[in-house]
Amino acid sequence: MADEESQVDGKPEHPAPLRGPDEGVPANPEGKRSSVAADLGALATGLKTTLGEFFSPVVTTMYPEEKTPRAERYRGRHYLRRYENGLERCIGCELCAAACPVGCILVIAAENTDEKRVSPGERYAKTYEINMLRCIFCGYCEDACPVQAIVLGPEYELSDTSREKFIYTKEKLLEPLPPDVEARLKSATPHPPASPGTSPQVGK
Amino acid sequence: MSDLYANAIGHWVVVVVAMLILFFVVLTATAYTVWFERVALGRIQRRPGPNRVGPFGLLQLAADGIKAAFKESIVPTKTEHVLFVVAPCIAVAAAFLSWAVIPIGLWYNVTYWIADINIGILLVFAFSSLNVYAIFLGGYASNNKYSLLGGMRAAAQLISYEVALGLSLVPTFMIVGSLRLRDIVGYTVSWGPYHGPIPLILLTPIGFVIYLTAAVAETNRAPFDLPEAEQELIGGFLTEYTGLKFIMYYLAEYVNMITVSALAVLLFFGGWYLWFVPPVLAFLFKVVLLLFLYIWLRGTFPRLRYDMLMRLGWKVLLPLGIVNVIVTGVILVATQG
Repeated sequence: MADEESQVDGKPEHPAPLRGPDEGVPANPEGKRSSVAADLGALATGLKTTLGEFFSPVVTTMYPEEKTPRAERYRGRHYLRRYENGLERCIGCELCAAACPVGCILVIAAENTDEKRVSPGERYAKTYEINMLRCIFCGYCEDACPVQAIVLGPEYELSDTSREKFIYTKEKLLEPLPPDVEARLKSATPHPPASPGTSPQVGK
Repeated sequence: MSDLYANAIGHWVVVVVAMLILFFVVLTATAYTVWFERVALGRIQRRPGPNRVGPFGLLQLAADGIKAAFKESIVPTKTEHVLFVVAPCIAVAAAFLSWAVIPIGLWYNVTYWIADINIGILLVFAFSSLNVYAIFLGGYASNNKYSLLGGMRAAAQLISYEVALGLSLVPTFMIVGSLRLRDIVGYTVSWGPYHGPIPLILLTPIGFVIYLTAAVAETNRAPFDLPEAEQELIGGFLTEYTGLKFIMYYLAEYVNMITVSALAVLLFFGGWYLWFVPPVLAFLFKVVLLLFLYIWLRGTFPRLRYDMLMRLGWKVLLPLGIVNVIVTGVILVATQG
């Protein structure tokens, strides 16, 4: 009523409210008067919908028994890799620790000697620890590593019972990679070896 | 058996044994109603519902019950201590008392009942109105604004819908001519060649619709669950209740739900008569169907606003109920003289 009167009396001072013709919910859509039959019909539609859902298959993933597939390059827990002859890849350069945005990686390097050769390079990581409570799984360590020593595997169920257990030591990180990840790393090398001729970027 | 029943002491023995069995059966039925509700609601939302404890999650309620029973029994300091503890007891007592007069057909000519009294259905209503005290006193005793609001809502809602609930059944009484539940179940008609029991819903369909709506409101179930209203009243009258006292309210709600469904079966769907099906199975089947209807409603409709609830009760159901009574009366006089 108030609206009609204001329009009859004169032109409204302000332009129409900032609302498009299709916005807002009018009391009676399309000017229809709500009827008991229409209301009951709406109730019936609701009941039909839920009954349809009731007879539809369940979509829940039964988690611990059944897991959704991970993306191929999912970034889960870390692994340190070895060469096929058993030498560790890590050369103790600490680039991963430098790249890490949260500083969760600790590398203490030591020199390789002829009697005790751990990695093919000059140095190796005497200590390699990752604090998994700090890690944000960004994968920058993997990108920074010049010898692809560190990779992020697919495991994401990393719960444990004490904080100390979340500091992954070198022994734990050197566990063998899951075979599918190993196969992927072999087939499509993320950082091609920098030998001229094989890599397109190193042309010239 | 009839000799035993005629003997005064034997009568009491039979009644006490029947009560114990009833208590056990209703408790078990309640547990599985909760399980059924959780599974059915889950299916409506395309979830599996509880499925971890026992086969198909059937022991979930045992686990929940044990957990709640071992919780600390907290009575907040500033509550009315006596009322706070008494209120849930009233809820459970009122819920179980209704079962005293509900008869169940066990086999083709064996019917079970504890009290076969001629005002059976009125007694059920009397006991179910005690539920108002349980909820209102619980809300008042909690000394909490949300509880009090829930309690007030419950009082207004239950009293309003009790009128409609009572009126919805008057045509049934007029047709049958008795308030005794066994008479209503055993109501038979002789229509031409057909002679036998008939589901009374065919004679009073509007009565059933009113009864169903009012019954959902009476048991505080969604979409009429305003006294609890988790979103607005953080649980309403249940806010301060934990552990066993909470479980008692919870139990009472589900027992009431079964009571109301069983009553609907007795009053409108011919009780335990269903062709050749054994009566106890027929009764169970009909009750489960009605319980599913309850759950289905809960899974479908959003909660009503308080004024909508009152409008529906007083302006729709009550006039409809009165008209239903008058029309039934006119038809009865016209057909039977």
